[in-house]
Amino acid sequence: MTTAGRRPVVDMALPSSGAALPLSEERSKVLSRLRGGDAIFRHVTRAAAISVLLILGGVIFSLIQGAAPALRAFGLTFFVQESWNPVTERFGALAPIYGTIITSLIAMLIAVPFGLLITLFLTELSPLWLRRPIGIAIELLAGIPSIIYGIWGLFVFAPFLQQHVQPFMIDLFNCVPLISTFQGSCVAAPGLSLLFAGPPYGIGMLTAGLILAIMVLPFVTSISRDVFEAVPPVLKEAAYGVGCTTWEVVRYVVLPYSRVGVIGGIMLGLGRALGETMAVTFVIGNAHRISTSLFAPATTISATIANEFTEAIGDLYTSSLIALGLILFMITFIVLAIARYMLLRMERRIG
Amino acid sequence: MFDLYKSRRRRNTVVLGLSIAATAIGLSWLAAILGTLLWEGFSGLSLQVFTEMTPPPGSNGGLLNPIIGSLILTGLAVAVGTPIGILAGTYMAEYGRYQKLTMLIRFINDILLSAPSIVIGLFVYEVMVAPMGHFSGYAGAVALALLVIPVVVRTTEDMLALVPKELREAASALGMPRSKVIQKVSYRAARAGMITGVLLAVARISGETAPLLFTALNNQFFSTNLNAPVASLPVVIFQFALSPYPDWQRLAWIGALIITLAVLALSIIARALTAAPSRG
Repeated sequence: MTTAGRRPVVDMALPSSGAALPLSEERSKVLSRLRGGDAIFRHVTRAAAISVLLILGGVIFSLIQGAAPALRAFGLTFFVQESWNPVTERFGALAPIYGTIITSLIAMLIAVPFGLLITLFLTELSPLWLRRPIGIAIELLAGIPSIIYGIWGLFVFAPFLQQHVQPFMIDLFNCVPLISTFQGSCVAAPGLSLLFAGPPYGIGMLTAGLILAIMVLPFVTSISRDVFEAVPPVLKEAAYGVGCTTWEVVRYVVLPYSRVGVIGGIMLGLGRALGETMAVTFVIGNAHRISTSLFAPATTISATIANEFTEAIGDLYTSSLIALGLILFMITFIVLAIARYMLLRMERRIG
Repeated sequence: MFDLYKSRRRRNTVVLGLSIAATAIGLSWLAAILGTLLWEGFSGLSLQVFTEMTPPPGSNGGLLNPIIGSLILTGLAVAVGTPIGILAGTYMAEYGRYQKLTMLIRFINDILLSAPSIVIGLFVYEVMVAPMGHFSGYAGAVALALLVIPVVVRTTEDMLALVPKELREAASALGMPRSKVIQKVSYRAARAGMITGVLLAVARISGETAPLLFTALNNQFFSTNLNAPVASLPVVIFQFALSPYPDWQRLAWIGALIITLAVLALSIIARALTAAPSRG
């Protein structure tokens, strides 16, 4: 590697210049002080760098330690039990895990196609003068704190869904056969009627998923824009040259070339969605149960912790919440590790 | 043959139309959020907000104590997190650029960068709040500092890596010790980018709520005692927005407006400082 070539230049500068000259005592004192300062600075920076690893180690260790009482009390049933009852001290993580996965899934199902389409617009369609402002605007969406999405979701978005969208969808998917033939607007799909059932509360899994989608969108967009732009122009020009349409160039040249990076960006967004706390806490409804209807209030891991941690009485309750935190950290760690690995591979390919 | 050509053209038009529509929807979403925020926030904004304490439900008041609390917590977190982050980034870019250790740290740091902040709150609760026996401003500041570090590490490393090695070699050739080369040459060359990193970190933590919920908690009264619970804007917004009282909800909107304006201003300044903004 280049290390071998680089290091001597820098490290030898000091000793060799000292050895070549006849040293007065004062001079060698100054030199040794500089050398000492050098060593100290190097060790201080190294310690700071290692502290990053210690933070991660500390987080994992303290979560495991905090979660131990709950995991010991419930064993593996903690992961498969739905009930969450502070009175009888029976805690199970299934409902929050279910809510976390479903809301993140909704978010990704919406954010990925939207993000890729916006990227397509930014990299291939948009006039040059419009590219930068739109790119910045999309990235500003990423900078808005999650609590702002939460308060907007609670006061603006949820009531809007409750009054205008959800009744319509319930009518559309849940019509009694007789009336539906009369109205003629029914979709005959029993599976869908399960997804969109129940009273329109406004808050619930669908609302949380939609808010998450808005939050994840800028991440997907900004990373896929970076990797789209890394595609060598020669490849695209060749495809255009043989008569491909813009869509065909993107579909058959740009996407295959940047696939790894795009997946990395998507995973990064997923990591965000899984761990997002405040925006979800506002609109999820905080109900510990598993229901098939996307309109039903539910809870996620992070929302449960945010809502209940300061009010948790008793060691087992607190410990169960920390165990939830441990599960969340493990899931996001794996997802983010995959994301970083993918992006690293993309970076190597670009070189 | 001609049909094939037409269907390809049609498919292209459809996708491009969808792409324009998606962009329009994305932008209008941003406009909707900012619009509501400006409308709700500015309609209640007055001098009172900055001079009075948070009120009990049903009476008038302001947001003075959470604003001061947020400033203190953010300042302390930056004061603790920035040096650690800069030093760590320095090691990764200057001393150990090609080491296995650096690659591991970079990987871990990138994961910490997007790890759920509520988990950091749990961690600080475990190591500070539980042993001390009470919630405190110090714990809140430490939780925020842990979020500052990865951002600063990342930008410092990126920016130092951009400094041309000829600059360092020239300084070394003059007999400058390595630590002085870094401090007098590399830091100066990368200064704008490193300041950007700190600003981005401030922008990131000034809206963070989750790690403060069970570290700094909240405080109805004015308090600069960091050994006790301290009010902060995001937590007050959270509490007030979910309350049933209209005055509290109004204050929550105003607080949200203040935070958003601060964050947007910070990110725009940060962007202006560097021609090529860093990712993340």
